[in-house]
Amino acid sequence: MTVESRVVSPYPWAPGFYPGDRPEIVTSRFQYEDGHTLDRYLATGGYEGLRAALAESPSDVHEVVKNSTLLGRGGAGFPAGVKWGFTPQGVWPRYLVVNGDESEPGTYKDRLLMECDPHQLIEGSLIASYAAGLSQGFLYIRGEMALAHERVAQALNDAYAAGYIGKNILGTDFSIDIVLHWGAGAYVVGEETALIESLEGERGMPRLKPPFFPAAVGLYGMPTIVNNVETLSNLPFIAREGSEAYTAIGTPTSPGTRMIAVSGHVKRPGVYEIVNGSTTFRDLIFGDDFAQGIRDGNELKAFVPGGGSAPWFLPDQLDIPFEGPAAGAAGSMLGSGAVMVMDSTTDIPAAALTLVQFYAHESCGKCVPCREGGTWLYRIVERIVAGHGTDADLETIFEVGQTICPGEMPHASSERLGLDAVPFPYKMTTICFVGPSAYAPIHSALTLFPEEFEALVTKRADRRPIPVTAEVPA
Amino acid sequence: MTSGTDEVPEDADVLEEVEADVLEDVAADEREEGEELEEIEPPDSNAVVINMNGKDVVARKGETVIAAALRNDEYIPHFCYHPRMSPVGMCRQCMVEIEGPRGPMMVVSCMTPVAEDQVVRTATDEVKRAQEGMIELLLANHPLDCPVCDKGGECPLQDQAFSHGPGESRYVEQKRHYEKPIPISDLVYLDRERCILCDRCTRFADEVAGDPLIHFISRGNNTQVMTFPDEPFVSYFSGNVVQICPVGALTAKPYRFKARPWDLSQRESTCTTCSVGCRTVIQSSRDELLRYQGVDSDPVNWGWLCDRGRFNFEAINSDHRLTTPMIKTEAGLVETSWRGALDAAAGLINDALAGGGAESIALLGGARGTNEDAFAWARLADAIGTPNRDAQLGDGLPAEILGLDRATIDEAANASTIVLLGPDLKEELPVLYLRLRDAAEKGRSRILEFSATDSGMTPYAWKSIRHEPGTQHNAVVSALADSDIAEQLAKGDVVVVAGRSNLADSADVTVAALQKLLAGVQGAKVLPALRRGNVVGALSLGLAPADADHDGLAILQAAADGKIEVLILLGADPLNDCPDADLARRAFAGARRIIAVDTFACESTQHADVVFAAAAYGEKAGTTTNLEGRVSTVGQQVTATGTSRPDWMIAIELGLKIGDRSFGSDHPLRGVSTVDDLTDMIANTVTGFAGLSSSTLVQQTDGVLIESPSTSLPEVSFAEAGRVSYDYRLVVSRKLYDRAVGTQMSRSLTNLASASVAYVHPLDLDGLGVAEGDDVKIVSAKAATILPIRPDSAVPRGILWSPFNQGSGNIEDIIDWRSATTDVRIERV
Repeated sequence: MTVESRVVSPYPWAPGFYPGDRPEIVTSRFQYEDGHTLDRYLATGGYEGLRAALAESPSDVHEVVKNSTLLGRGGAGFPAGVKWGFTPQGVWPRYLVVNGDESEPGTYKDRLLMECDPHQLIEGSLIASYAAGLSQGFLYIRGEMALAHERVAQALNDAYAAGYIGKNILGTDFSIDIVLHWGAGAYVVGEETALIESLEGERGMPRLKPPFFPAAVGLYGMPTIVNNVETLSNLPFIAREGSEAYTAIGTPTSPGTRMIAVSGHVKRPGVYEIVNGSTTFRDLIFGDDFAQGIRDGNELKAFVPGGGSAPWFLPDQLDIPFEGPAAGAAGSMLGSGAVMVMDSTTDIPAAALTLVQFYAHESCGKCVPCREGGTWLYRIVERIVAGHGTDADLETIFEVGQTICPGEMPHASSERLGLDAVPFPYKMTTICFVGPSAYAPIHSALTLFPEEFEALVTKRADRRPIPVTAEVPA
Repeated sequence: MTSGTDEVPEDADVLEEVEADVLEDVAADEREEGEELEEIEPPDSNAVVINMNGKDVVARKGETVIAAALRNDEYIPHFCYHPRMSPVGMCRQCMVEIEGPRGPMMVVSCMTPVAEDQVVRTATDEVKRAQEGMIELLLANHPLDCPVCDKGGECPLQDQAFSHGPGESRYVEQKRHYEKPIPISDLVYLDRERCILCDRCTRFADEVAGDPLIHFISRGNNTQVMTFPDEPFVSYFSGNVVQICPVGALTAKPYRFKARPWDLSQRESTCTTCSVGCRTVIQSSRDELLRYQGVDSDPVNWGWLCDRGRFNFEAINSDHRLTTPMIKTEAGLVETSWRGALDAAAGLINDALAGGGAESIALLGGARGTNEDAFAWARLADAIGTPNRDAQLGDGLPAEILGLDRATIDEAANASTIVLLGPDLKEELPVLYLRLRDAAEKGRSRILEFSATDSGMTPYAWKSIRHEPGTQHNAVVSALADSDIAEQLAKGDVVVVAGRSNLADSADVTVAALQKLLAGVQGAKVLPALRRGNVVGALSLGLAPADADHDGLAILQAAADGKIEVLILLGADPLNDCPDADLARRAFAGARRIIAVDTFACESTQHADVVFAAAAYGEKAGTTTNLEGRVSTVGQQVTATGTSRPDWMIAIELGLKIGDRSFGSDHPLRGVSTVDDLTDMIANTVTGFAGLSSSTLVQQTDGVLIESPSTSLPEVSFAEAGRVSYDYRLVVSRKLYDRAVGTQMSRSLTNLASASVAYVHPLDLDGLGVAEGDDVKIVSAKAATILPIRPDSAVPRGILWSPFNQGSGNIEDIIDWRSATTDVRIERV
């Protein structure tokens, strides 16, 4: 029942997962077409991690996770074990929220994890709840992911029936319920505080941190741990094999593996589980075991290293490894694990337009810079792409961007233009990252490829003067 | 997380020092004014010193940076921040720079709490850049139709665009377009193009008013404020959203296109629509009242007003106002001169004095006017020598309630338990409802409610105890025996809000319940929930009946019995406003002569022999007293309509005309020429009002509390009647909008009054075998009336509830003021 080289499931028309000669921590069951069933899960070491964790004290499990330096995979890359420690003691109840609202443009790894191995996520959630002393779990799945929802729901039912969730799990006095919640389709709900608002039944709008740090004041005002699907999916391995086995893979600051979704103009777009920290973008984009290079023999023009909201990289940055600080120093971020590749045929202003349109459309409407500024940027770029822009519009883009992200905006270095990199992160006047995300792509495009925009706009100097038809009588 | 917020002096010496300083502080407060004090700076445990723009500023623990800045005259531009609502950080306008562990950070000052030694900069180049950028963005989609916008001239967006904006816009794209103003309620219009989505109105509706009927819909650039489909923004407080809107997106029907802000002149005043006494500004243009706005008075209204109080200025401009005195002739009431009217009235009173004596003269009303009006009429009544006077019309409680240990609104809103033994506050004293709702919602207080039906406060009550009408004293006794309730009452301060919950009961029933409650809860304070505007002032200044034999109902009964020669109505309309309408009608038939002082021709003035045209609110100055005994000023902003005069002036003129039998040659009121003279005379002669001179009150805009001589409630006894053959017990209570003249004469409010309807529990309706809306005959022991019937699950089974004074049907006809309760039978028509 194994699948040859590629998990076609569940959508034949969409890129899937490609295994390689690499360690598999979270994708070990992707080779089975029935990897999402409880039977297959149990047959391949399923719930062993939970069993091992329950045999120890919660604080010991927490210590193991801390020692593993498991970094959050949602975008910020914060160590999960440290995050769990932020919850105030003695406040009850406290919640786990699983952020399955994966909607960053270019990212589709969590969807595969939920579709192909839902029990691994459930087991991870249980281990996290046990270690961090959480009393109830909420699994928030993005509204568009119907199959993920179906499979996770089935897995939850099976796990309940088999006694892995519910009262006195595996005969211990550890009990927990996990509630499945299906989102309604808003990008911003991927932001943890907006997700919590949405779970509470409110409009999905982010809350300001502080005071609403979820670990202190989260769901229903109680301490809440919000973790990404991939982060939690790593926990069964860590609990089963120990933190040394985990840190043996990757680099000390970025241990383990991580899932990267590659899309765009490559020969083999898909999801790859790469070794964290040591793999470089060149390996990923050009490696035979990975995306196999640029399609149609074209040249690489630029790529987005960490999901649609990340500033762009040029071929100059290909040798940067998947290591947060390295990417940050080079002017971007690793974000949610999505690499979008643009080859030499790419119309850069049009590509930027697609991204800015997305973020303008997905603004929740709370902060003025994002609501008004994002749409304004979109309108300007739309006009420029349609050929109705002027060079004043290019200045306006930077000015509006300054209101969203005051100060210097990070961007990559460019040998061609003689530009030095401006390191990540940016300052922002909005609550969450949606506002800056609308500006980041257009800023990168305009900074790294100014000539493509200048070719589209009318210059002040080129404007036809109004002809003087008659002499003014003396 | 924020350092310095939980700083507690650890060693005992420091504690002692703090205590000593606090004592010193109290002592300083008690010292006489003018006494020299040496400069001492007591370390306030609540103070946090922050550095703002290079100078040290004392902030309060727990407050936000913007609150500290605004209090210390450091202006930070803002739109969504409102001091009375929780912050949302939506407009991003209030950006400031705060020194953080990783260098200066731009944060929104409305959501950043102050912390010890915080360094805040509100006007660096970067901050200014952000503020200008934000204004440019806010104006990007704003229609800039300021020349035709009601807000233009007083618009925070306009003002801050000038003070903190970039001066010009680079926005050349198409702006957002929506249908221009759409009505979201009977009173409020919404223009979504002007809206900057600051969340103020929606937060107000949800957080403050508890009517979450407007919210954001759609997303991002298409976000808009909207009601739910087919559900208008029906709130008693909808006018407040117009006032707090920082742009012209929300406009109120009564003011739309009436004036430009720079043409308005204004004066601070106190609303006298009900007895909460909300602080307002009354604004006029070309000598016409055009708008009332709430003023944030910390002890009273926090800036809020109810819609009835906000919009009933329309009545004052009504064409139906009385403009000249009138006198009854064979041709009916005809206009006459003031001299003619005063002569006629003085003649009637002199005749009565000669004929039936002082006992045959009675005064009803006086709660509508100012303290000065009530005082002048009370002195006139004293001079004539009549004991018959009452500022209430059988719909209140005995005046002795004012002499109980009285609570203030603040004390009630901070008490650990609030006991509601009175009317539906949302309907009768709306802003008090907001204050107490806030206390319950913020967890400061628990509300224990005794009520026959669900009230507006029921959703916020900790326990809401239902009782059969007329048995609240029994409900109180059994509640006090409950261990949960006893434990709660013992936890801390208890304030009883006491008033009449049911006009079909006698007041004795409420008095009995209050007595039981006060006997059972030691140290409970009482906040009298008497509704009429200046009822506390009128009762305190001499318009209280001497005893139950001379109160409003007794006066009407005496009139019905033919014992009253002259009945003087001071803005009273007993025919519409007395729970026993039949009694009022008989009184009008039995009284030989009637003198009415009123602002409008109402049903009662039609029966009068002499009608004096009185100046209305906004047309006269003076002072008023609210339900907690707070005296504050009422301002004159426009000229009185026609030849109408303030009540106090009429009283004095009439006293002078009556001559020796009233104001003797050395009577102090002879020397009164201005209203300030009267205010000062009250301050000098009435116990409890000492020191409240006109000059003091002008300074004290929040008002000053009076002290009332301590009294105890009268002993009451009543027969608890069984129902016999009557299946339903009647509850009649007031709604905010009724046929009160101020509401009916306000064009915008007149249609908001519900019709007279009888409500029963849905299951009772099924049992009766009638359909919703069918007319039924409601029969009491005394009379019958026909009303449409409707189901309402707020009404328990076995109870029939009908709103008071809604005209058509007249539930008031079947109430008998002598019986403790009113039982009825419902018959199919």
